[in-house]
Amino acid sequence: MSENGKPKFGMYWASSCGGCEISVLNIGEHILTVDEIFDVVFWPVAADFKYKDVRGYPDGYIDLCLFNGAIRNSENEEMAHLLRQKSKVLVAFGSCAYEGCIPALANFTSKEAILQTVFLDSPSVDNPDRVLPQPVTAVPEGEIRIPEMYETVKSLDQVVDVDYIIPGCPPEPHQIWAVLQVVVAALTEGAELPPKGSIVGAQETAVCEECIYPKSEKKIFRFYRPYEKVPEPGVCLLEQGIVCMGPATRGGCGALCPQVGMGCRGCYGPLGEVKDQGARMLSAMASVIGVGEPEMDERMLEREFETVMDTLADPAGTFYRFSMSHSLLRRAKVNGNGHAEPEPAEAGTTNVEMAN
Amino acid sequence: MMNNENFEPVIIGFTCNWCSYRAADLAGTARVKYPPNVRLIRLMCSGRMDPTFVLQAFAGGADGVLITGCHPGECHYLEQNLKALRRTMLLKRTVAQFGIEPERVRLVWASAAEGVHLAHMITDMVEEIRALGPLNWPQVAALNGNSHVPVLKKAATVSEEKVEVAA
Repeated sequence: MSENGKPKFGMYWASSCGGCEISVLNIGEHILTVDEIFDVVFWPVAADFKYKDVRGYPDGYIDLCLFNGAIRNSENEEMAHLLRQKSKVLVAFGSCAYEGCIPALANFTSKEAILQTVFLDSPSVDNPDRVLPQPVTAVPEGEIRIPEMYETVKSLDQVVDVDYIIPGCPPEPHQIWAVLQVVVAALTEGAELPPKGSIVGAQETAVCEECIYPKSEKKIFRFYRPYEKVPEPGVCLLEQGIVCMGPATRGGCGALCPQVGMGCRGCYGPLGEVKDQGARMLSAMASVIGVGEPEMDERMLEREFETVMDTLADPAGTFYRFSMSHSLLRRAKVNGNGHAEPEPAEAGTTNVEMAN
Repeated sequence: MMNNENFEPVIIGFTCNWCSYRAADLAGTARVKYPPNVRLIRLMCSGRMDPTFVLQAFAGGADGVLITGCHPGECHYLEQNLKALRRTMLLKRTVAQFGIEPERVRLVWASAAEGVHLAHMITDMVEEIRALGPLNWPQVAALNGNSHVPVLKKAATVSEEKVEVAA
């Protein structure tokens, strides 16, 4: 604490979309209380502090730092280390910092393929000189440096020590406020903080527990993508064949998506004790496929199952939409063409690792 | 990929208590030989096989995973083996998206009397995985996590090559 005696608050965005910041502002008038209690010392989206200001702070100067965004490049990583050093309590805020989230879907391909698509192949790109971003560029005035993009997207806890996790994409405002109240009570009244490493602002039960729809035995004969079917009101979406990650996802959000007919996407991450959210969802999805009888011929059974599974688009991307960095496999093994393909790339073509 | 005759694949095998574990046992008592590359873990049923186990095996360095259960219609728990079949099929599709050859996951039905069949299947799988080469997932998972080495010139070269290939 400093001159004015207020605890210091910091918030930073690494590889993220900015939705977490908006969610913090969505706590409504409570934001005034936050301003009253805390002294904001770093928050790029809301206040004009520079990296050099943070470097100038003594270690542990920031009492509460909410870090959102995954670790995608060298700048993200540098800031993670810096903010760890300068913060008493560092929180992985939101799905990206917690488990990779959407940015980590890039782990299904390679840096090379991403640069190729974004700067060269995309139909809207006009890049006749085929310029790719260079970490260091010489110009008459000297050298210009930009952060270096990494091959694999990581979560915050894979780079630095994290004190707490607030899951969600983004975390729900009422949960954020609940957590802030706990922190404030700890800072002002000496109340106890939860044990280090806790997932806060969420529940210990699945999204299904919060979901309003009645659940019965599930037997699915085909899967639907969101645009393929108008959900029947009042019926569990998964029972209708609409992919819903509810059974494998931590609750706390209030099951908002299923209530408006959109299957849970899984943003609150796995439940406690679960090592791999995708595997759990895979297991659940395979279990509810309703075709096939034990008496059937083995090949016939497989054909029946194949037909149903063919309607489930992009299983890995669906099951690991938010948890790729935290998954057991972490990333895909990618060949030279940027696709995760089992077959080896032909020798001498494009299988060059750029970042080595 | 490499075809290394000195490469000894590590295969984790999940066997059902009621049939395939006994089949493996029978193979042993009958002195039917199968390669020692497979490490068997007994489950009560193939339906107990959580896909997490398979991914954990790969993440821990296994080259293949064998799942064995009772033939359809003969499950001790009625139809949990069909669940195992559905999970294995969906898992194969999923791991393929991670760049893992689906052949590295194999489901085999073997009744308690089929010791010879199971031994054949194990031998067959070991040879198939040997031909595929090592998976070496810990190395993949650690890929260029924190490289600070510049991207550069190589990137441009690669892109140009790609264009030529495409043309």
